[in-house]
Amino acid sequence: MKNPIAGGAGGAAGVEVALPHPRTSRVQPRTRVLESERLLAALLLAPAVLLLGTFIAYPFVMGVWLSLSSTTVGTAGTFVGLKNFEKVWNDSIFREAFQNTAIYTGLATLFKLSLGMWLALLLNRHFRGKRLVRASMLLPFIVPTVLSTYAWRWMFDPTFSVLNWTLYKLGFIADKLPFLSDGVWGLGCAIVVNTWRGMPFFAITLLAGLQTINPDLHEAASLDGANAWERFWYVTWPLLKPVTLVVVVFSVIQTFSDFQLIYVLTGGGPANSTHLIATYAYQIGVATGLLGEGAAISLFMLPVLFIVVWLQLRYLRRLEGA
Amino acid sequence: MVIERRWKKWVFFYIPLTLFIIGTLFPFYWMFITSIRPDAELYRSWRAVNNAPFWTLHPTLDHFQDLMAKTTFPTWLWNTFFIAVASTLISLFCGLLAGYALARLRFPLAGTLGTSIFVTYLVPPTLLFIPLADIIRNFQLGNTPWALILTYPTFLVPFCTWLLMGYFKTIPRELEECARIDGASRFGAMVRIIFPIAVPGILSAGIFAFTLSWNEFIYALVFLSSPERKTVPVGVVSELIRGDIYFWGQLMAGALLGSVPVALVYSFFVEYYVTGLTGSVKG
Repeated sequence: MKNPIAGGAGGAAGVEVALPHPRTSRVQPRTRVLESERLLAALLLAPAVLLLGTFIAYPFVMGVWLSLSSTTVGTAGTFVGLKNFEKVWNDSIFREAFQNTAIYTGLATLFKLSLGMWLALLLNRHFRGKRLVRASMLLPFIVPTVLSTYAWRWMFDPTFSVLNWTLYKLGFIADKLPFLSDGVWGLGCAIVVNTWRGMPFFAITLLAGLQTINPDLHEAASLDGANAWERFWYVTWPLLKPVTLVVVVFSVIQTFSDFQLIYVLTGGGPANSTHLIATYAYQIGVATGLLGEGAAISLFMLPVLFIVVWLQLRYLRRLEGA
Repeated sequence: MVIERRWKKWVFFYIPLTLFIIGTLFPFYWMFITSIRPDAELYRSWRAVNNAPFWTLHPTLDHFQDLMAKTTFPTWLWNTFFIAVASTLISLFCGLLAGYALARLRFPLAGTLGTSIFVTYLVPPTLLFIPLADIIRNFQLGNTPWALILTYPTFLVPFCTWLLMGYFKTIPRELEECARIDGASRFGAMVRIIFPIAVPGILSAGIFAFTLSWNEFIYALVFLSSPERKTVPVGVVSELIRGDIYFWGQLMAGALLGSVPVALVYSFFVEYYVTGLTGSVKG
C-alpha cells in the first residue's frame, strides 16, 4: 500500500486514473496524500499544537519576559533583570503566602489521601444503594468550587454560623469560634474545605484501583492469619501504590496552584495572612496592576511544579520500561 | 469471605460511611435550606432561643424569583453553558485527532510531542493568567466569550488527548487494517471505523471537559469585565455581593441553580464521568 504505483514519477497520478487498477484507483488523489504517516500525523497534530503553542507556550515565554520587566497596566515596561524576583523574595507577605501554600498543600493532601483511602475501602464493599452512594460522593468534586465554597463561607459566618450554633448547643463551646476572622483558623478552614472538595477524587480513583485487585489475594492472606490491618498494609497498599502516586501528583499540583477557594473563603485576609501564591499574584498583578511583579510571583510556583512533574515523568518512564 | 461480627460491621462500616455521607452532602443541604428560608429567619443571632437552623416552617421562593428577575443570572447561565459546550467541542476535536496520531502513527518526535502535551496537562492556569490576560488584550478578545472558548482548551486538550490516546490504544489494530485492505484510506479508516468505536471514550472526555469548563474561575474572572458577559461563578462572586453585604438567600439560590446543570449532566453520565476521571490520571 505504501507505494501503489510502480515507478511512480511525475505524472503518475494522471496515468493511474487511466489504467484499470480496481484497488488503487478508488483512493482519491486528495486522500492519497494522507497515506503518508508523517504528513497525516502533522495534519492531525496541527490543531492541538497550534492551540497549546499560542495559549500555553507563548504566554509562558511572555510571562518570563514580564517578570523581568517593570510592566504595569497601561505602561510598557523596560528590562529590569531580576529586580522583581528580589523584591518579591524580600516581601514578608509573599513569604507568608509561600509558607501558607506549602502548609495548605501538605496538610490538605495528607487529609485527602487518608480520608479518600478510607472512603474507597468502604465503597469497595457490597451494600445496598452502593451506586447511589458512590455517585453522590462525587458531588463536591463536580459542583463549581466557587459556589460550594460560598456554602462553606456561610457556614463559617462570624454571626450566623451553623457550626457555632451546633457546637454551642451540644455544649462543646461556650463562645463562638473565630473561623475566618483569624489567620490560622482561616487557613485551617481552607484546608477543611479543600479536603471536602478533593477527597472524592481520591476515593473514586483509588476505588478504581482497588477493584483491579484480585480478591483471592485477600482470601489467601486471611487464611494465613492476617488481620484486616495487615491485609491492607501487606496486600492492598503495595498494589495501590502506583495509582496513589499519580493521584497525589495531580492533587499536589492543583492544591499548590489553588486560587478560587481562598479567593472566595477569605480573600487572603484577615490582614493578608491567608494568601496563597496564586491569590497574592492576582492581588499584585491584576488588582494592583503591577504585571511584572505579579508574573514574578506566579513563576515562584515553577520550581515546585517542575519537581513534581519531573517525578511523575520519571515514574511513567519506569512503568514503560518495565 | 472474611466473616465479621455484627457490632464490628457497625463500628467499621455503617457508622463511618454514614459520617462520610453526612459530611459530604451537608453543605448542599445547607445551600438548599438557606435558599428557601425567609430573610427574617436567616439573620437571627446564633444564640436566639427560637433559632432552628436545620429546617424552616416558612419556605419561600423569593430568593429564586429575585435572582431570576432582578439580576442577570439567566444570562450568566447561558454564557457558561455556551462557553463550556464550545470549548469542549474544540477540545474534543483537537484531542481526537492528536490522540489518534500519538496512539497509531509513527513519525519523528512522536515521543517528545506526547511528553510535552502531557507536561502542558500539568501546567496550572494560575501560572499563566497574567501574561495570558495581556495576550488576550492584544488579540482584541478581552471581554468576549472567545477569550474563554479559546483558552479553556489549554487545560482540556491535553486531558482529552491523553484520555483518547489511551482509548485508541485499546482498539485492536486489525480492525483498521481490515478496512484498509477493503480499500479505505488511512484517514477514512480513522473517521469511519475507529472514531465510532471510540464513542464511549469521546463521551467520557466530553463530560469531564464540560464539568471542568463549567467549574473554571480564574480566567473568567480576569478576562471578562461587563456583568452581562460573565459566567455563573464569576457573576455570583462579583455581582451578587453588593459592596460588603452578602445576600445569603440569593447567593445560595444562585449557587444551587449554578450547580444544577452540571450535576444533571453528571447524573445522566455517572459511569462515563468516572471513566473520564480515573482515565485522567492513568498513564
